[in-house]
Amino acid sequence: MTGSQPLTIEAPPIVQSHAAPALPRLLAGIPAHGAMHLDEHLAIHGQAPLARGRARGRRGASTLIDQLDRSGLRGRGGAGFPTATKMRAVATARRRAIVVANAAEGEPASLKDRTLLETLPHLVLDGGILAAQAVGADELIVCVCESAGASVDSVARAIKERLPTPDGSPRLHLTTVPEHYVAGQESALVNYLNGGPATPTFTPPMPFEQGVRRRPTLINNAETLAHIALIARQGSQWFRQLGTPTQPGSALVTLSGPVAHPGVYEIEHGASLSSLIDAAGGTTARPRAALLGGYAGTWIGGEFLYGLALSEEHLAPHGASLGAGVVLLLSEDACPVAETTRVAHWLAGQSTGQCGPCVNGLDALATTVQEIAAGAAQAKATQRIDRLASLVRRRGACGHPDGAVNFILSALDVFATDFADHARHGRCDGCMRPAELPLPATPLTAAPTDRRSASEPVSIR
Amino acid sequence: MSHSLRVNPITCEAHGMCAELLPERITLDEWGYPVIDDVPLPPALLDHARRAAQACPTFALLVERERG
Amino acid sequence: MTTPSLAAAGPSIYWYLTRSTGAVALLLLTFAIALGVVDVRRWSTPRWPRFLVDSLHRNVSLLAMVFLMLHILTSVLDSFAPISPLDAFIPFAGSYRPFWLGLGAVSFDLLLAVTFTSLLRQRMGYASWRAIHWLTYASWPIALLHGFGTGSDVKSTWLLALSIACLAVVLAAVLARTLAGWPENLSRRSAALGGAGIFSLFLLVWLPSGPLGSEWARRSGTPSSLLPHAHGTTTSSGSHR
Repeated sequence: MTGSQPLTIEAPPIVQSHAAPALPRLLAGIPAHGAMHLDEHLAIHGQAPLARGRARGRRGASTLIDQLDRSGLRGRGGAGFPTATKMRAVATARRRAIVVANAAEGEPASLKDRTLLETLPHLVLDGGILAAQAVGADELIVCVCESAGASVDSVARAIKERLPTPDGSPRLHLTTVPEHYVAGQESALVNYLNGGPATPTFTPPMPFEQGVRRRPTLINNAETLAHIALIARQGSQWFRQLGTPTQPGSALVTLSGPVAHPGVYEIEHGASLSSLIDAAGGTTARPRAALLGGYAGTWIGGEFLYGLALSEEHLAPHGASLGAGVVLLLSEDACPVAETTRVAHWLAGQSTGQCGPCVNGLDALATTVQEIAAGAAQAKATQRIDRLASLVRRRGACGHPDGAVNFILSALDVFATDFADHARHGRCDGCMRPAELPLPATPLTAAPTDRRSASEPVSIR
Repeated sequence: MSHSLRVNPITCEAHGMCAELLPERITLDEWGYPVIDDVPLPPALLDHARRAAQACPTFALLVERERG
Repeated sequence: MTTPSLAAAGPSIYWYLTRSTGAVALLLLTFAIALGVVDVRRWSTPRWPRFLVDSLHRNVSLLAMVFLMLHILTSVLDSFAPISPLDAFIPFAGSYRPFWLGLGAVSFDLLLAVTFTSLLRQRMGYASWRAIHWLTYASWPIALLHGFGTGSDVKSTWLLALSIACLAVVLAAVLARTLAGWPENLSRRSAALGGAGIFSLFLLVWLPSGPLGSEWARRSGTPSSLLPHAHGTTTSSGSHR
């Protein structure tokens, strides 16, 4: 590993690259083509400690929740909520629960969930079934983005391989969800499974209290369930052998941008960004900056990238986090202002239109960013952006406006000089280059919007 | 026991009656949507808050009891 | 069955009350619709804030219902025309001008639905409440037709002028509402405007030959025993629909 020392943060204690002997774990034996079949899955990982029949009910399965508690596993969907805590909340609810495997993956820069389902569906199904038995659920619903056709087929075949499901085992269902940024949000997913649009709902009640068909619903990211499948077999100590004390275990990340082999990699928490890039065959162009966490995430400037460790405690000083395991590199040749403007507009378009502050605020933010980019900004454009940011935060029904604000503000911070240049001189040559930051290529399926944007109040003076 | 104000942003349609009836805690942003001052409600304002909640055509304004 | 001498004695106090409360109810309903449109269009000034327009709309509507109930009560109490309490709720079953009276019952039933749902608004979904609330747009013209059809003094100038003025206000309200882009569906909006126009044209054509024409009392279904010239004849004139 080469590279200069970072200016402001110390070298991280864990520098193991993903090629450490303990890895891969989730991706062990991943087939070159197609999906791993059930027999191969069992050959590699062994039988899952599933309950046999109804005799072993919640009491026997509570050891799984304790195991997960000791392992320190946190959700891999972006929020990072402790998995055991979530499961306990559902397990102690009165009504019979339902488990949802969330692979809606609306984040354009994330491919890990659909890749996991496409190649290793049985890992996710195992985890889902184990979780179902731990919380007393009789049904597992796997939700896959409808544009991930290969993943959908793979899960369907994997479910067929497991039929008929043994007594005491939950029923297995597969559903596709619309490709929309917010469709994977928990209340939106529940709304969709209940027959409504894939738009967030007002909480409380939270899904773990009242979700699908008003039953307590455990919603876990597909990767989280994959980890559960392995922890149940190998134990919490094994899980903690990798990673950091506060962020144990391994994780899938989607690395994209100017690298030789962009794709999904399994790292241990705390691994250095450099080792990840090395595993991906090195860079094909100098990275200008890295976006961590996706389009609700934070930019980190190029000067900090070498020696940057991928764990919460090392990213927190930058105000960043891995989120759903997204690492997006931006090359030196790209124009960060143009890229930010494009994404800001896209984020505004991804608003479901239910909440006035989000619809109006994100639209105004995107417009203001565009004005700066085109050199047509009004005076005090940055003040307007700050005001809009404070007007938009925490005033929507979901975290989408907050994420968009985070993305835009961090771009304005990290690329301050570029934005200042554009404000003064307008578009640069880089603005004309093809876009680097990935966005869904096809126009969305009928956007799952609920109500229209705000009507203007008419005042008569 | 203290109370707090919350807006259901999905149901809210920016009618603006809440800001008229409880200007001490609610102002409207440039698009007409309510911005709630997060300070807990003193008992003196509780009746006004309840009236504002009842006046909302979509019942988007909620007066909630603080837990604990 | 009334005798000619009673009929010749002049209308009772209840008749006056029925007519006046009916007129006031129409006036208040008109005002309520106008306020409703002002409300939903969100027009306000510093001296007429939103909550005031909204409260006024609710209160005027309730007041209209009060006058409406007085109107029904006095019409039942009025011994001249055989109107039973049931006729207020069940349309077209009465013996006095059944069709035109029945329209009043229809209008009243619609308004009852609107009133109850509005009083119980907190317990029902917003979308259902709103859909039922739109029944007021149907209730009003039916009430107007009822007034023209049943009133025995429909030819009096002041009542005619009042009715026409109320119609003008409601037409303006409908215009103000549809021009703001509601209903969202363009064909439904055109239908709403078209319906309002057709209704006005219909009145223009029908009034002169209908209630303002000759022998309307007989043609509208007044029981023959109540008609001024009914006694002493043995014609087959009976109540029509």
